[in-house]
Amino acid sequence: GEVERVNKLICVRPLKTRFNGEVGDVVVGRITEVQQKRWKVETNSRLDSVLLLSSVNLPGGELRRRSAEDELTMRDYLQEGDLISAEVQSVFSDGALSLHTRSLKYGKLGQGVLVQLSPSLIKRQKTHFHNLPCGTSIILGNNGFVWLYPTPGQQDEEAGGYYTSLEPVSLSDREVISRLRNCLLALAAHKVLLYDTSVLYCYESSLPHQIKDILKPEVMEEIVMVTRQKLVEQEG
Amino acid sequence: MATVQVSEAEKVYILHGVRDDLRVDGRGCEDYRHMEIETDVVSNTDGSAKVSLGHTDVLVGVKAEIGKPRPMVPHEGYLEFFVDCSANATPEFEGRGGDELGVELSNTLYKVFNNRSSIDLKSLCISPGEHCWVLYVDVLLLQCDGNLFDAISVAIKAALFNTKIPKVHLSENEEGGKEIELSDDPYDCMRLNVENVPCIVTLCKVGYRHVVDATLQEKACSVASLIISVTHKGTITCVRKVGGGSLDPESIFETTETGKRVGKALHAPLMELLQKEENLGKKRPKVGFLG
Repeated sequence: GEVERVNKLICVRPLKTRFNGEVGDVVVGRITEVQQKRWKVETNSRLDSVLLLSSVNLPGGELRRRSAEDELTMRDYLQEGDLISAEVQSVFSDGALSLHTRSLKYGKLGQGVLVQLSPSLIKRQKTHFHNLPCGTSIILGNNGFVWLYPTPGQQDEEAGGYYTSLEPVSLSDREVISRLRNCLLALAAHKVLLYDTSVLYCYESSLPHQIKDILKPEVMEEIVMVTRQKLVEQEG
Repeated sequence: MATVQVSEAEKVYILHGVRDDLRVDGRGCEDYRHMEIETDVVSNTDGSAKVSLGHTDVLVGVKAEIGKPRPMVPHEGYLEFFVDCSANATPEFEGRGGDELGVELSNTLYKVFNNRSSIDLKSLCISPGEHCWVLYVDVLLLQCDGNLFDAISVAIKAALFNTKIPKVHLSENEEGGKEIELSDDPYDCMRLNVENVPCIVTLCKVGYRHVVDATLQEKACSVASLIISVTHKGTITCVRKVGGGSLDPESIFETTETGKRVGKALHAPLMELLQKEENLGKKRPKVGFLG
């Protein structure tokens, strides 16, 4: 793995590992269980993370004490299998993460594609929500789950993440999303650090190829080589 | 089979994508994923092959033993199939979990090969009514990423192509009983003609269309699938429906036509590839399990 030295202390960060969350990390997770006052979320870590009922925004943005009725309608909001984006609020003593979606940019995710990669490949940055110039948006979760979705048009956010649009996504958006997905898999296979610039360069260098060809080993190598070159040029 | 959970919105996305003939990974409805085949990987079998289709890994070994032919057909040998779902594939297969799936797969394979023309069983006969070759085909599932039937059938075809059955000489001993001698020369062997071995094509119904080579996410969105085994001429040897959903009779006809087309297109490049690999002979670099 990657070695870090501080005086006499040596830390090794492994290349393939489960997600070790810290406070403030953005994660993308899938609901596995609905329990009494909480949801259990799978985030590729050693234990399932916890999303407490008091840590989500109620519909309409109301600020009130959660009642027994809210407990019974938990399933109306988030069911088993739903995807959410959230932030790590705190870490329990046993290592489980406590998540919260108390901001309008977090919440239930709608139509899109989830790509599961190793957490060590995601670069830590200021923001993990990017609107790429090619027409789609990406959420690079620190836990290795990357969510690709079509950029939402002008819509008022008063729904607060409750309403998921089930309108068909246009073909051009789909092509971009599929291409990005294959690019992400190609970069992950060659252990390239993932952040918005590297993903964008990879997308551009994959344009001459057909989308389904990107997953062939030879084409993958070629694209990743071009991406690496561009990244080196950009730094130099 | 291993299952993944998908949210409602993801299901809708996948459904609309299949309707527009653009799946999540950019493939069309009739495209296969990247397939890698290698034969002769297990040294103590008579024939073996390893196939990886996307992340699905299948290993097939063929062993030829001398046995008694079945009483109804004294002039023919036969094949025995056994599918082992190893716990390596998914945690669901731990302990006895994989047995049910293994039995289902073996039964389907028996059905697929249960006809006169797939394999020339008469060539497996040594002395009618007394001795014949029995081919034990063992399938091992190493990794499960959807589309098991297709990967298994391609692996079986490659393994049977690779099988070398030693030639036998019959002789009479003193008491008048028959004696069987296997020739000592390791290169003096009989090969099987796998031209007519069928390949299985699984078509999953997603929305109103059918997709070939479904990933686990696409499988989670489909309610029914059709398993069709097709020979290189386009003849269908077996059709099975799996899953709890219903299929419209007209769509079944359309689906079988698609399956025939895809199956036919699969055979020619496969045979070409196997021939090429064979022609590389001893000098080819063996990749095996570490590649």
